[in-house]
Formats: sequence, structure tokens, C-alpha cells
Amino acid sequence: MITIEQRAEFRKHFRYNIGRRLIVDKIIKITVLGCVALAVVPLASIMYEVFTNGVAALSVDFLTQVPGAVGSDEIGGIGPAIQGTLALIGLSCLIGVPIGILGGIFLSEYGNNKYGRTVRFFNDVLAEFPTIVIGVFTFVIIVITIGSFSVWAGSFALSIIMLPIIMRTTEESLKLVPVTYREAGYALGIKRSVVVTRIVLTAAKSGLVTGIMLAVARISGETAPLIFTILGSSQFMTGLDGPIDALPLRIWRLSSLPYDSAQTQGWGAAFILIMMIFAINIGVRYVFLRKRGTSMLKFKMFGGVR
Amino acid sequence: MSILNIKKSSGKTDKIFKIAALASATYVLVIIAMIIVNLTSGSASVWQKEGLNFLTGSDWNAVEGRESYGAAPYIMGTFVTAGIAMAIGLPISFGIAMFLSELAPKILRTPISFLVELLAAVPSVIYGLWGLFVFRDYIQSWIEMPLHNLFGDNVIIFSGTPFGLDILTASIVLAIMIIPTVSSISREIMLAVPNSQREAAYMLGATKWEVFRMAVLPYSKSGLIGATILGLGRAIGETMAVTMLIGNSTGSAAFPQSLFQPGQTMASIMANEFAEASQGGLHLAALIGIGLILFLVAFGINIVAHLLVARMVKSHEGAVLA
Repeated sequence: MITIEQRAEFRKHFRYNIGRRLIVDKIIKITVLGCVALAVVPLASIMYEVFTNGVAALSVDFLTQVPGAVGSDEIGGIGPAIQGTLALIGLSCLIGVPIGILGGIFLSEYGNNKYGRTVRFFNDVLAEFPTIVIGVFTFVIIVITIGSFSVWAGSFALSIIMLPIIMRTTEESLKLVPVTYREAGYALGIKRSVVVTRIVLTAAKSGLVTGIMLAVARISGETAPLIFTILGSSQFMTGLDGPIDALPLRIWRLSSLPYDSAQTQGWGAAFILIMMIFAINIGVRYVFLRKRGTSMLKFKMFGGVR
Repeated sequence: MSILNIKKSSGKTDKIFKIAALASATYVLVIIAMIIVNLTSGSASVWQKEGLNFLTGSDWNAVEGRESYGAAPYIMGTFVTAGIAMAIGLPISFGIAMFLSELAPKILRTPISFLVELLAAVPSVIYGLWGLFVFRDYIQSWIEMPLHNLFGDNVIIFSGTPFGLDILTASIVLAIMIIPTVSSISREIMLAVPNSQREAAYMLGATKWEVFRMAVLPYSKSGLIGATILGLGRAIGETMAVTMLIGNSTGSAAFPQSLFQPGQTMASIMANEFAEASQGGLHLAALIGIGLILFLVAFGINIVAHLLVARMVKSHEGAVLA
């Protein structure tokens, strides 16, 4: 039992240390607020620089012309880079989306066993791989075999990067579809494949689109794998088996040139790229993530959306 | 009759569908296996010539006839830059996670986590561009010069004239890049701590910080370690920003000693020297070999991280059920 004297002792002690504890609490709160500010400052600075420097570079020629010769007066534009990035996104989606969605269907509908868990685990691991390693791998397996840098090689590398993202979001959004939907389908005597494709996929549509869009946003900014696969070029694309240019690659090349005009163009290309990526990210958030439940999707992937 | 027909055909399509799904899922495993096989075979010639010296040597010479490849400086460079980035980025990330999960008023939570996630959406090459043309000047005149003037050449890690493109700059930009990853995972993990834990601590008269330290932190420890390791994996594999900012020295000069000295990481040497390497040569094999080392390191790190995070999530599911 606590005697009255002991209780008085406790109270005295409490009064003695509460002041110090509150001060520590205040200091921690201010520090934590400082951390948030520290993280927002670079973002603000990047946005400010990209906007002010990038808008200055914009013109119709800049968007449509081929780059001028290095160091010459004709600065040209980034037309091939924009074309290349769009072509790469389209082709990678052609490879990555069907495989990713089918894989996601497997994980969600047939994956409740040891094999499913293994695939899920390694899929998560693949999502965090250094992308440059995937570039080197594609170089060894496709570029060396075929003998030339090509759009195909670039798309294959990018499709490997987008695959885990699509697979994971597909799985998560299919799992959000209530079992009763599936049971209703089975009760009508519909085949399992039709239940999955017609009922479950339709119900999970917005989640699927979210996953695909986030994967597209992620791959459109990837540079490292492209060095090894499409090489870069200053001409418009002539075929799918030759080297092409891409926006991130062009930014990298421009940044290493010692001319002011190249710098300006680099900022301009960065502006286009960042607008594209932010538009996808913000658009997805406002169009699809509004619905309850799907907002968990992004975090299920351990923040794997860059 | 027609019902029977449906049954018959349904078995077939279902089987085909299941096999297609199974094949797509297996594709992931096949890709990982093929990465290991191809990188090993692609770099076989350099392992044959250099042996273990490839891991421990610091000579890097691509001149025909005097070729010698040692990747030790780049392996060290990778770990040093990632380590410094973690040292800077982790406290900030945990601070943000704590703010978002414990302190922030409801109105602020969504916009701030949105801003932090936008930071994650910025492509690495744009971080590099920003670091090269903007951040470099600030860091050189505000951080590096004062540190250099204060300690001079007496302290080895601050020796050498700061140039702006060095290990410190690359590490700080790397820290900025891992903050969104680590903070958004940590926030999720902290939010997963049951409120009853917090309420118990509040009931004992704890302040917010004490609640965090005594109730939230112990509960989410293994998840936070997992988040840290995932951040580390990302920092180790990051290529473009580091390549543009680290200054790119080669050979034993790249061995990290001073913060103000140009360095090189495994990823950056691959990006830098790839264009110079001729196909089928030893130089290319050496670069692929570095890719193999980087792959194995990142693979190991990610496996450990996912095991930790998965265990955390599982224990939570158990707690919710119980």
C-alpha cells in the first residue's frame, strides 16, 4: 500500500521533473518540425529551378527539332528524345502490362500457397533492384546477342522495372474485391477464368489503372538502364532495332556539355519530364485514389514508387 | 446437354487461363535467375584473370596490354556514400514519420505526405541536374569551405580543397533521395502501432515524446530496421545522381579518404565507363563483374529488409486478430 507520505513524495517528484520533461518534449517537437521543413526545402528548390530555367527554354522548335551539332550556333531541340520516351513507354507497356496483370491475378486468385508466397517475395525484391543492374543484364542478354542497341532492348529493360509494380498493385486491388462477387459468379455457373476477367478485373479496374500509371511514371524517369540499351541518338527513330534517344538520357548528356545553351536545354527537357511525371502522379491521386481502400495500395508496395 | 458442354469446355479454358497466370508469375523468378546466370557468364573472363584480386585490388587500368582491374575502391565508395547518406537521411526520415504519425494535425497529414511522395517521384537524373547546377554552389560555399577552414588539412576527412563535386555532395543528394522511401514506410509502420499502446502511456502521464519513445518505438523497432535497410538498398543502387555529382575518379585515387575528394561508386563507374568499353573485351567484363557484385549486395540487403518488414506486418495481423 502507498501511504499518504509516499504519495506526497511522488507528487513532489512529479512537480520537480515535469518542467524538464515538457521542455524536452518541446525541443523534440521543434526538431521534428525542422525535419519536415528540411525535406520540403529541396523539393521547393528543385521545382523552382526546373520551372524558372525550364520555361525559358520552351519553344515549338525546342519540342520538335533534332539537337544541333555540339558547340554549334544551332541549338536545335529535343524532338527525338520526346519521341523516344513515348515509344519506350508504349512498348514497355505492351510487354509489361499483360504479364504484370496475369501475374497479379495468379498471386491473388491462385497464389495462396508456398509457390505464391515465393513469387510474391521475389517480386518485392525485384521491385527494389538497382535499375542499372537490369540495364547491364539486358545488355548482356539482348544487345550482345543481336549486336546492336535497340528500342526493343530498352523496352525489355523498362518492362522488367514496371513488372513488379503492376503485379503488386494488381494483386492488392484484386484482393479488395469482395469474395461475394466471385461467389455470385460461380453460383451462376460461370467459369473461373470468366469470373476473374469479367467480374473481378472489372471491379478492380481503377486499382489496375493506378498501378499501370504509377509504373509508367516510374519508368519514364529511368536513365541508368537506358545507357546500356538504347545508347542515345540525335536523330528521329528509324526503326525499332536501332538506337534512339530518351528524355532522361538527353538530360544527362546535355548536363555534361560545357555550353550555356546545353544547360538551358537540359533544364527545358527536365521541365517536360517532370511535368509528365507529376501530371501522372497527381492525376492518379485525384482520379483514382479518392476511393476508399485503394489509397492503401501505394504503401503496400513499401513506397516503391519513384 | 448444353450444360454438359459448358462444363467440358470450362475445364479447358480455366486450365489455360491458370497456366497463363502461372507462367506470368514464374516469369519473375526466371528473370531473377537469368540475371544471376548472365551477369556471371558475362564477367567470367575478368574473374578468371583477376580472381579474388578483382574484389580486393585497387588498380584500374583499361589500357590494352596493361589491363588490370580491381574494384575495391568502388565497393568502398558505394558503402561510404550510402553510409553517409543513411547517417544524414535516417534521423530526418524518422522525424518526418514521427511528425506525420504522432504530431501532425489531421489537416496537415495528407498534404505533407503528398509533398514527401512527390519528392520520391522526381527522377534521379533531375536530382543530378539540380545538384550539378544549383546545390553544388551552396554546399561548396556554405558547408564545405567553412568545414575546410575550420579543420584544414589536419583532419583527414576534411582535407583537400573543396570543389563541390565530391563524396559529400553525392551523399547529401543521396540522403535527400532516400528520405521519401524511408519516411513513408516508417510512417506506415508507426501508424500500425495499436492506439491502446499509446493510450496506456498517456494514462501514465507521459508527454508526446515519452509516448513515442516508450510505446511506439519499441513496438515498431523491427519494422523501422527493415525500412532502414530498404533505404540502404536504394542508396546503394542509385546511379544517375551519384554519377553526376561524385566527381568520378578511378583506380586507387577513388579510394574514399576525404569527404572533399572525388570518388566513384559501383553504379557510377558502370555508367561512366560503359561507353568506352569495347564489346567482348576485358574492360566490359570487368564492368559486368561490378554489376554482379552490386546485384549480389542489393539482393542480400533487400531479402533481409523484406523478411524484417514482412515479419513486422505478420505480427501486427496477429495482434489485430488476438
